[in-house]
Amino acid sequence: MSKEKDVDHKDNLGRRSMLKALAGIPVLGAFGFESFRKFSHAAQNDTRKQIIGELGLDDLLSSVKPVMKSDGDLIRVGMVGFGVRGRQLSKALGFMEKAEFEEELAEQKERGDDSLQSQIDHGNLNIAITGICDVFDLHAERGLDYAQHDIFSAGDIARKHPVKRYRTYHDMLADPDIDAIIIATPDHHHAQMTIDAISAGKHVYCEKAPIHREDEIQPLYNTVKNSGLIYQMGHQIPQNAVFQQAREIINRGLLGKISQVETTTNRNSRSLAWIRHVTNSGKTKPGDAQSIDWKQWLGKSPQVPFSIERFYSWARFFDYDTGLFGQLFSHEFDAINQLLHLGIPSMVSTTGGQYFYKEIGDMPDVLHTSFEYADRGTTLTYSANLTSSKIRPRTIYGRDASMTVGGDLSVTPDIKSERYADLLERGLVDSSRPMLEISEGADLSSPVDAVTSASVRYYASRGLTTTSIFGRMYDVTHLHLKEWLDCIRHGGKPSANIEMAIQEAVVLAMADISYREQCRTSWDSVNKQIIRV
Amino acid sequence: MNVYIMNNRMELSKWQTGLLVTLRFLIGWHLLYEGIFKLLKPEWSSLGFLEGSQWIFAGIAHWITSNPGVLSAVDFVNTWGLICIGLGLILGLFTRTAAIAGTVLIGLYYLFNPPLIGLGTAGPMEGNYLIVNKNLIESVMLLLIAVSPTARLYGLDALFTKKNGH
Repeated sequence: MSKEKDVDHKDNLGRRSMLKALAGIPVLGAFGFESFRKFSHAAQNDTRKQIIGELGLDDLLSSVKPVMKSDGDLIRVGMVGFGVRGRQLSKALGFMEKAEFEEELAEQKERGDDSLQSQIDHGNLNIAITGICDVFDLHAERGLDYAQHDIFSAGDIARKHPVKRYRTYHDMLADPDIDAIIIATPDHHHAQMTIDAISAGKHVYCEKAPIHREDEIQPLYNTVKNSGLIYQMGHQIPQNAVFQQAREIINRGLLGKISQVETTTNRNSRSLAWIRHVTNSGKTKPGDAQSIDWKQWLGKSPQVPFSIERFYSWARFFDYDTGLFGQLFSHEFDAINQLLHLGIPSMVSTTGGQYFYKEIGDMPDVLHTSFEYADRGTTLTYSANLTSSKIRPRTIYGRDASMTVGGDLSVTPDIKSERYADLLERGLVDSSRPMLEISEGADLSSPVDAVTSASVRYYASRGLTTTSIFGRMYDVTHLHLKEWLDCIRHGGKPSANIEMAIQEAVVLAMADISYREQCRTSWDSVNKQIIRV
Repeated sequence: MNVYIMNNRMELSKWQTGLLVTLRFLIGWHLLYEGIFKLLKPEWSSLGFLEGSQWIFAGIAHWITSNPGVLSAVDFVNTWGLICIGLGLILGLFTRTAAIAGTVLIGLYYLFNPPLIGLGTAGPMEGNYLIVNKNLIESVMLLLIAVSPTARLYGLDALFTKKNGH
């Protein structure tokens, strides 16, 4: 009897012990169940992913061109004009004055910014700056200092390919040891220098704007068109990764029929209004008739006595450029034209006036121009203000959605959209906020911007500074120069080529005339002429 | 449950036993979820955590982050280590080994980034700590679990343990 009891007792213990031993199993079961719920919930609730799927944009990132290493032969570059822009271009090429370079590198390391180091590691374009030409001795000396020190080999390139100063650009063009020219002079020289350089067999990178006056358009086009040389206008916005994705979205018709494009440029400071002959503390900048070759600087513009004001603040004078159109609208137009291929408008009209900065030059402070594209059913507008810095993004209005594109990109569905009616009804998207946002790698609140503030914020908001491509930060000017050099080495057409540049030239001339002559302008495509209306 | 403390046989109350087992489940769940999460998030890496290391292990951390092969190995061991330890604790399988491994692993997390005066943190942290932080507490709790053989009764280790008197 006791034996039976013992057996029973042993069995009961066994079963009880077994249950205790398996205590962890239900816990693990609960874990598995809850984790499964969590991860599938997360996947479903990722609305951004869902929307991208619905719009068919899963492969959007493939529209961004990866940046390949620069190879091929060394290209010897001559620079004409070494002012502010010349310095920026030189830095983008990897040539910087030694002390400035070391200081910048140290400062960047301290604040954890690796953009310069990244350029040293990945930005070698295999070029040498072998020629500097500037009418101002001070600027020319600076150009030589920059050209002699590259950030990759601490000056080895210049030792192998020494840099020379040329008194006139004709001398530089006559030198067979220069392969390509970068033009960063005031606008009134751009067309003539380009024509001369192409005629001398040199490739050309010309800063915006392509022309100053309408009579330069045809000669420029005819010279460059069949030259077989590579011409690139200084419009770097399309190098932006965000921009490339914007183009893809538009090409897929996601905005519907586009009726209106808004471009704006708002700025609010003396120096951003191109009053640049005085420093912030009121001191006049250096330069006089002895150190500046004034006659060469004037070129074909009206012969006036030496003026330090005109030399530094040239952009404000219609004698030397097309004002806001050539300086700012040109970037806007190129960006929009690269996206939408609008071309030359059927009618242009402008109003505006010089109400605030009245004492220097003729540049208006507020300017509004409408560009009508009757055959496309689209209007392009340009609204410029030099006394307000409120940033207004570039906006494209379509029947189904609108897009803003600058440093960032966003697409917002229209409440009346037929294309997105289903998504709107399902509540997946909402017309009061963007359904798609792609932001630039550059963080506008980073320490870099705390140093340079308002002007950097302006340029970054229009996509003119840096871009992030597959995890790496690049300066867009650097990429734009690289595109030009890659085409020189391997053939092909760069993005801001002569076809795009000449369309822009006509548009700028039409706008310029509509303001200065207070009339509307239209385009005679048969005789290739601007008509005053 | 009986335990031996300093050669004196001590009987733990039901509460004490129950809480020790619960603690084992909770910490096991915590570590298992950390491991599963890293496993399912393909872009996870300990790079961020290691880069913020500043104390005695800063040199090792720097060596790990500058060798992509070593970093991948460390990420792998970390992820699967957490999963195995977590499973071991919940199921009560090879519990002592799992608990000691847990003590060491969480202890390393502590030593790579301790809240000592003068050191920054490797990213935003919730709570305010001085010398003692949750990693240190959890590491010591795992040690407690290691010396408390609850799994011999409430765990799969029971299937491998010889019962006293049978």
